[in-house]
Amino acid sequence: MSTPTAFRQRVCEAVADERVVRAVHLATWHKMEARAESMRQLRDPEAIRELAAQIKQHTLENLPHYLEQFVAQVERSGGCVHFAADADTARRIICDIAAAHGTKLAVKAKSMTSEEIHLNDALEAAGVRTVETDLGEFIVQIDHDRPSHIVTPIIHKDRQQIARALVRETGCEYTEDAEELTAIARRYLRDIFRRCDLGITGVNFGVAESGTLCICTNEGNGRMSSTRPRVHVALMGIEKLVPRLRDLPVFLKLLARSSTGQPLTVYTTLVTGPKRVDDPDGPEELHVVLLDNGRSELLTGEFAEVLRCIRCGACLNACPVYRNIGGHAYGSVYPGPIGSLVTPLLQGLDEHAELPRASSLCGACQVVCPVKIDIPGLLVRLRVRTRRSQPLLKRAAIRLWKWMMKSPTRYAWVQWCLSRLLPDCRDGWSRGGPGPLGAWTHCRDLPIPPKQSFRKLWRERLSDER
Amino acid sequence: MIPARMAPHEARVSGCYAELDAVEVALFVTCLTDTFFPRVGEAVVRVLRHFGCRVEFPEGQTCCGQPAFNSGFDAEAAALARRMIPVFEPYEQVVTPSASCATMVKTHFPELLADEARWREAAARLAAKTYEFTTFLREKLDVDIGAHLSFDEPVTFHFPCHAREAYGPDDLHNWLAGGKQADLCVPEHSDLCCGFGGLFAVDYPEISGPMLADRLEDLAASGARLVICNEGGCTLSLAGGAHRRGLPLRFKHVAECLAESLGLMEPER
Ligand code: SF4
Repeated sequence: MSTPTAFRQRVCEAVADERVVRAVHLATWHKMEARAESMRQLRDPEAIRELAAQIKQHTLENLPHYLEQFVAQVERSGGCVHFAADADTARRIICDIAAAHGTKLAVKAKSMTSEEIHLNDALEAAGVRTVETDLGEFIVQIDHDRPSHIVTPIIHKDRQQIARALVRETGCEYTEDAEELTAIARRYLRDIFRRCDLGITGVNFGVAESGTLCICTNEGNGRMSSTRPRVHVALMGIEKLVPRLRDLPVFLKLLARSSTGQPLTVYTTLVTGPKRVDDPDGPEELHVVLLDNGRSELLTGEFAEVLRCIRCGACLNACPVYRNIGGHAYGSVYPGPIGSLVTPLLQGLDEHAELPRASSLCGACQVVCPVKIDIPGLLVRLRVRTRRSQPLLKRAAIRLWKWMMKSPTRYAWVQWCLSRLLPDCRDGWSRGGPGPLGAWTHCRDLPIPPKQSFRKLWRERLSDER
Repeated sequence: MIPARMAPHEARVSGCYAELDAVEVALFVTCLTDTFFPRVGEAVVRVLRHFGCRVEFPEGQTCCGQPAFNSGFDAEAAALARRMIPVFEPYEQVVTPSASCATMVKTHFPELLADEARWREAAARLAAKTYEFTTFLREKLDVDIGAHLSFDEPVTFHFPCHAREAYGPDDLHNWLAGGKQADLCVPEHSDLCCGFGGLFAVDYPEISGPMLADRLEDLAASGARLVICNEGGCTLSLAGGAHRRGLPLRFKHVAECLAESLGLMEPER
């Protein structure tokens, strides 16, 4: 036997961690119920999903045009646009901006794109202390952990762990009261907001016609991070565009509902350019960093539709695999069904070849995805690309199986063998065995097939009964 | 002549047997049903005959190649598609008790053979005439499934994820709820995966196992012992898991329930 892969090891550890499994089960089911309830309140949820999918698809198909328009509008409104072909370039651009302003302390609103490029590490290395201001991300940061969900980074943590982390960081008194815990974090972060000189945010939607950035948060930290500091850096993937301002409501209706079941996130911030002369507040500079990092290569291929994703996290909440293995087992910034597509596509299929295979293709993700990405179908397409790297034995077995199935005689012979040669462990059920048999019976028994298969039954009596 | 608007089973009741035999159906039983659940195949045959079909079983059939297709082995799946298409070519309509195999034929055969001029049309023809069993009953034979079901014990159900193209969890729910004396015990989550997923269950038993456990927990908590599940793969997984845990759950395809309710087969306990 070969040694288990790193992925399999992580999976085994994850499913054995009862506390995390329970926390993730509870949270994901809760969100699914909330999502279903809030979607029911829309007059025609299906039509809105269809429209959202079409708008995104249209934007992707005309991305160069909309990017050009977006860049022109951002610049017209006084912002500065930077193109980053890859993660390294993006990190350098942002570190340079920080250096140019002598930044020592930066705040950051939650952004998966910044996780993708591991921005915090780069900033810390450049001597810029960067504080996460989303409560969940803040806990992750002070606990030296990693987010395990794209919307709810601490979905894997319970209240005790959160309390302990806050005590350690802020020196506050231990409490498990949610409101008190939030108040402690709030006080701590307010002070940081007061002192910081750079704010980094992600972007939920970039509006091409106006150069507007739309940032959705529940805690207002997106608004604080984009207005309080002197400089605002907004990092966005090039796929985040929508054509017009009037397209936004379609997505705002779906984003929060899909994520948490809210009709709208608590704060929806629209930013067009930096502070104008007669504005009372706002940043003096706005930098928009457009990140490619593998995206433009996807645009023309069979996987383009993954770029429709609005990172709502609904597919994670719906996924029975995610529910059982949690986010960390995926070994990637993007976990869950969409992660199993995006990670291999953006970060290399060879290293992440297992992710697309670790799915039962049940399609629960596709049912909830607000932009109707055919996740199971695309997972299969990725499997096609990794078939050659499958273990030799497996490939040989599939070829042998195909040869067996190509002839009804051989097929009937396989049936005969199964019904006679499987070891009977208990009243007609089998257990254990080599290779696939052992794997199948890892968690379930295998019924020994009846000696009379359907085709025998047909031949012997069913065919001429009328 | 059968009046155009008369459903075949109404016609049968009115005695037009000869014409009815014109509704010819080839059964695509699927490899799992053939091997593990012959009773389901028998039930399908009897129910189709009851509603006026002449059923043929093309003995050249084996497996549609779904396991290979789902694992990304397109070439192997296409090879099996190419041999399956001619087997069913002579028949007017094809009916299968498995929704996932129906999808394989209806959706994936044409995809797999899209670039092969020799096969493209034949694949499309087979796709167009293949029906999942309950869809065939409803759409081609105008049968109200719920109206023919009756149960003498509480019943629950497992909705197979891959049935979504044929029917939804609500449809399954409604058929069963429509049955006579049906004491329907709805599982807490009406469309939760059983963890099967073809080769996935063999590739990642560490993940498939907990998924199966979640689903079984739901079904066992429903209070019913009879579980309606219309997909051989799911049943194989769920029944195996139930047996391993000593859960007193029994599994039946809706075809078996129909055959029993209509008095076409002895009830199995
Ligand atoms: S793939 Fe769909 S469901 Fe998943 S995060 Fe993206 S938009 Fe949401």
